[in-house]
Amino acid sequence: MALPDSGPTNDVNDVLVRVQNLTKHYPVGRGFFHRQHAVLHAVDDISFEVARGEVLGLVGESGCGKTTTGRMLVRLTNPTSGSIVIDGTDVSSISGADMGTFRQKAQMMFQDPYESLDPRMTIFDIVSEPLNVNHIGNLEQREERVAEMLTRVGLAPPATFMFRFPHELSGGQRQRVAIARALVVNPGFVVADEPTSMLDVSIRTGVMKLLAELREEFGMSYLYITHDLAVARYLCDRIAVMYLGKIVEIAGSEEVIGNPVHPYTRALISAVPVPDPAVVRPIPNVRGGVSKPINPAPRCRFYERCPAAQKVCKESDHPELREVAPGHFAACYIL
Amino acid sequence: MNELATSPNVRQSNGEGPRFDPGITEPIWKIRWKMNMRSLAQNWEVFKESRVGMFGLMIIIAFGIFGLLWPIMINFVWDPLVYHPVVGFDPIMMHPSPPVAGHLLGTDPIGRDILAQLMFSTGREFLLGVLSAVISVVVGTFIGAMAAYYGGFTDTLFMRLADIVMLFPFVPLLVVIGSMMRLDIFSFAVILGFLEAFGGITVILKAQALQVKVRPYIDAARVAGGSDLHIIRAHIIPNVLPLSFLYMMFNVTAAIVSEATLSFFGVLNIDMSWGMMIHTAETAGYLFDFGKYWWLWAPSGFFITLFCAAFYMVGRGLDEVVNPRLRKR
Amino acid sequence: MDALLKVEDFTMHYSTKAGWVQAVDGISFALNRGQSLGLVGESGCGKTSIAMSIMRLLPYNAQTKRGKIYLGGRDIYSMTAEEFRQARWKEISMIFQAAMNALNPVYTVGSQIVEAIVEHEPDTTEEEARRRVAELFDLVGIPAERSDHYPHEYSGGMKQRAVIAMALACNPSLIIADEPTTALDVIVQDKILREMEEIRRRINMSMIYISHDISVIAEVSDIVGVMYAGKLMEIGEADDVFKRPRHPYTYGLMHAYPSILGDKRDLATIPGEPPNLMAPPEGCRFNPRCDRATDECRAVEPLMTKVAPEHSIACHNPVWAPSSGGEQVGVAR
Repeated sequence: MALPDSGPTNDVNDVLVRVQNLTKHYPVGRGFFHRQHAVLHAVDDISFEVARGEVLGLVGESGCGKTTTGRMLVRLTNPTSGSIVIDGTDVSSISGADMGTFRQKAQMMFQDPYESLDPRMTIFDIVSEPLNVNHIGNLEQREERVAEMLTRVGLAPPATFMFRFPHELSGGQRQRVAIARALVVNPGFVVADEPTSMLDVSIRTGVMKLLAELREEFGMSYLYITHDLAVARYLCDRIAVMYLGKIVEIAGSEEVIGNPVHPYTRALISAVPVPDPAVVRPIPNVRGGVSKPINPAPRCRFYERCPAAQKVCKESDHPELREVAPGHFAACYIL
Repeated sequence: MNELATSPNVRQSNGEGPRFDPGITEPIWKIRWKMNMRSLAQNWEVFKESRVGMFGLMIIIAFGIFGLLWPIMINFVWDPLVYHPVVGFDPIMMHPSPPVAGHLLGTDPIGRDILAQLMFSTGREFLLGVLSAVISVVVGTFIGAMAAYYGGFTDTLFMRLADIVMLFPFVPLLVVIGSMMRLDIFSFAVILGFLEAFGGITVILKAQALQVKVRPYIDAARVAGGSDLHIIRAHIIPNVLPLSFLYMMFNVTAAIVSEATLSFFGVLNIDMSWGMMIHTAETAGYLFDFGKYWWLWAPSGFFITLFCAAFYMVGRGLDEVVNPRLRKR
Repeated sequence: MDALLKVEDFTMHYSTKAGWVQAVDGISFALNRGQSLGLVGESGCGKTSIAMSIMRLLPYNAQTKRGKIYLGGRDIYSMTAEEFRQARWKEISMIFQAAMNALNPVYTVGSQIVEAIVEHEPDTTEEEARRRVAELFDLVGIPAERSDHYPHEYSGGMKQRAVIAMALACNPSLIIADEPTTALDVIVQDKILREMEEIRRRINMSMIYISHDISVIAEVSDIVGVMYAGKLMEIGEADDVFKRPRHPYTYGLMHAYPSILGDKRDLATIPGEPPNLMAPPEGCRFNPRCDRATDECRAVEPLMTKVAPEHSIACHNPVWAPSSGGEQVGVAR
């Protein structure tokens, strides 16, 4: 974890993923009487970079746009505007044969280990699918590679797992299968969409440690999406906090946890329960609940809930990210 | 084919020793075959629990044996001149004759043996029912999967087509088709199969495919790099197939009933079938004297009912295999 | 003082085709009026089954093998169905897992609670029930006028509050909350937990919290019970359990999860997977995954023994190292 913190505009050469002004709008409420469509700003003009070998955590509450961002990065969802460049490839312009090459560079892990594996496929078929559809290797080589990956993710001996169905495996084992599938093509970049959030605690730790090990071993970069700041702190080099489609704070993970500057990040941190009755947490200093960013007014997205809101927050548009300390960016006027 | 893109790091960490041995001693196709057999055996265990299903299956097997008896009977036991289902004639008695020693179920108005007719027709009913059901389900599954996966224009096109097919009165349509062309049992099965395929079954299977389409493993397959065709073929269709198979059973029933109805109207170019037997009784005017000439219509009517019921019951039994909600764990 | 709820050696198994699932095995605990108990454990450890046993809401294939549950001194399994039906809601009610999705979408939230009140207290007029709903909404922090709204007009947190209001409707002396905040975001979870605790203190009610999240349990419970594979492994006063977890499983759970407090530390892993409850391991059910297991653990099932005045564990070879969590202080906020 010796990687230096690199800010979103830090122009280092070793940038693997560069996201600029990424935006995703969804039309909603296209009713009979609505002539003007309401627009949900799921992801609104966000920019960030992931360095080679770095793990960036994308943290936020449900509906903040973190999963949409992840899906756009692997082109499961097409962005409304903005650019994504992964390892020199412009993601939005890939077509035809280049898609296969891109799929070998960027992979995704999904949240639900019960739903992300086809129940009618064997573990071998599931893990070898990326090789299969991209016509990599012959059957024998695929067998070898799958066995190697299964062993690597802790499903050993592989022969006992390869020809079983997902329902014969426990949740933790399934998530390991999903990890093996994502890594079987040896991608340089992986979007991990809360891969541990549905696992039991005792199983989760093993999977988290595995993810950390694999990252070291394969030299991969992750975009790690999670709602859990503690998990993000454990696994990530940097953390970006999202709120209603915007990145409100981005910095090294210890910096975000130890020295949060954005009022939303502060509230989020103080709301995390602590396994120690002796610790008295301060009451999170926010009002109300999360709304949906449908046709958001041109002001700070956090204005309604912000304890420190001032006139400028209401009168100006959502603030840009500013560098408040070296490598520490926050989007707030009151800093 | 590209070379297998193994990670250099992993190779290093494994050392330069021998290639990774998966530890599998059998060829994959053999393992797959065994697994298929095993899952078939498991499904059979679940199916066996269903009394209705087993009862239906037994009836179908009985029908099968009954149908298979036909070639033996006509070649070795019965005199073809007397017992031929279409041109046979027993010259020594009045027709229609009630059940007697030589004709266990009697004869029809033109002197043909009822039992021989029933037996002869059984095989053709199987052919008709199964062929039309297979066509309808194969085509319906494919269209349903396509419509669900692509959505948009494809979806609209096939769904509107399904609406039209479903709204159109089936029997009059077939009567018209039947009067325009000579429908033998084979072409009738094909037409019926396609009509069913574009109608209700597509809607049902599409609904199922839609549920499959939104599952995360479809996203996972896309991220893996699977093409649309791969996803439809490898993920959507296999997950819709159990339901398709279930509807195949119900479609057999539908085909048999349609055949009987159209044969009754006399628009099919089929020399003998269960429906045809009732048609014969009707054209000769014996159907009005209901109870008196019961052997003319009751055996075939009973067979149609029983045959349809059997497939329906098997469908009910399969429902427990296919539908995890109904499965008692 | 007589305990409000007393569970004695309660054992309940589920009958399945493949055999008996030993879902709850020899659980004993007592809960006084006004106390809160937190039951923590992983999925399938039996924590929901014990709640359902207390509520007498067990499925048809569940069988009580032995043990008793006393509610206010009365054995609930010797009550008639009608007697218990009256006790349910009035003396004891439950907030179900994902209960916020259980609100009927076609009725207003208020009318659903009114219906629940009138159903269980036939003497109440609808007018009185409506007034009660207004009070309840005030208590859980929903504006009173929202009672005429439909569930889809509520946010997730509001729905959860409405469900809490419904559980409070007949002034029960005990509420069982099964994963009450699992589907909610942290900030809302924090608010709801704080509110529930405040209400509990204000009306001196007892509460059983059930959660997989040991941090949530730490926040709200006076007593903590740690369950594993159908057994109670450790139970005691929350402060003591969290400061000095004795059972290796409790210790593992507490250290398996990263914290946002203190220095970044390595995580403890509990190897393996929870056992199949149809054939649980001999001896201590945790022994195959326990790094402190001895031959005794593999052969003899440990009994609950007191290690402190209000702290018992079922372990032959307990951990004595103090948890590092106790010495930590909150980070600067």
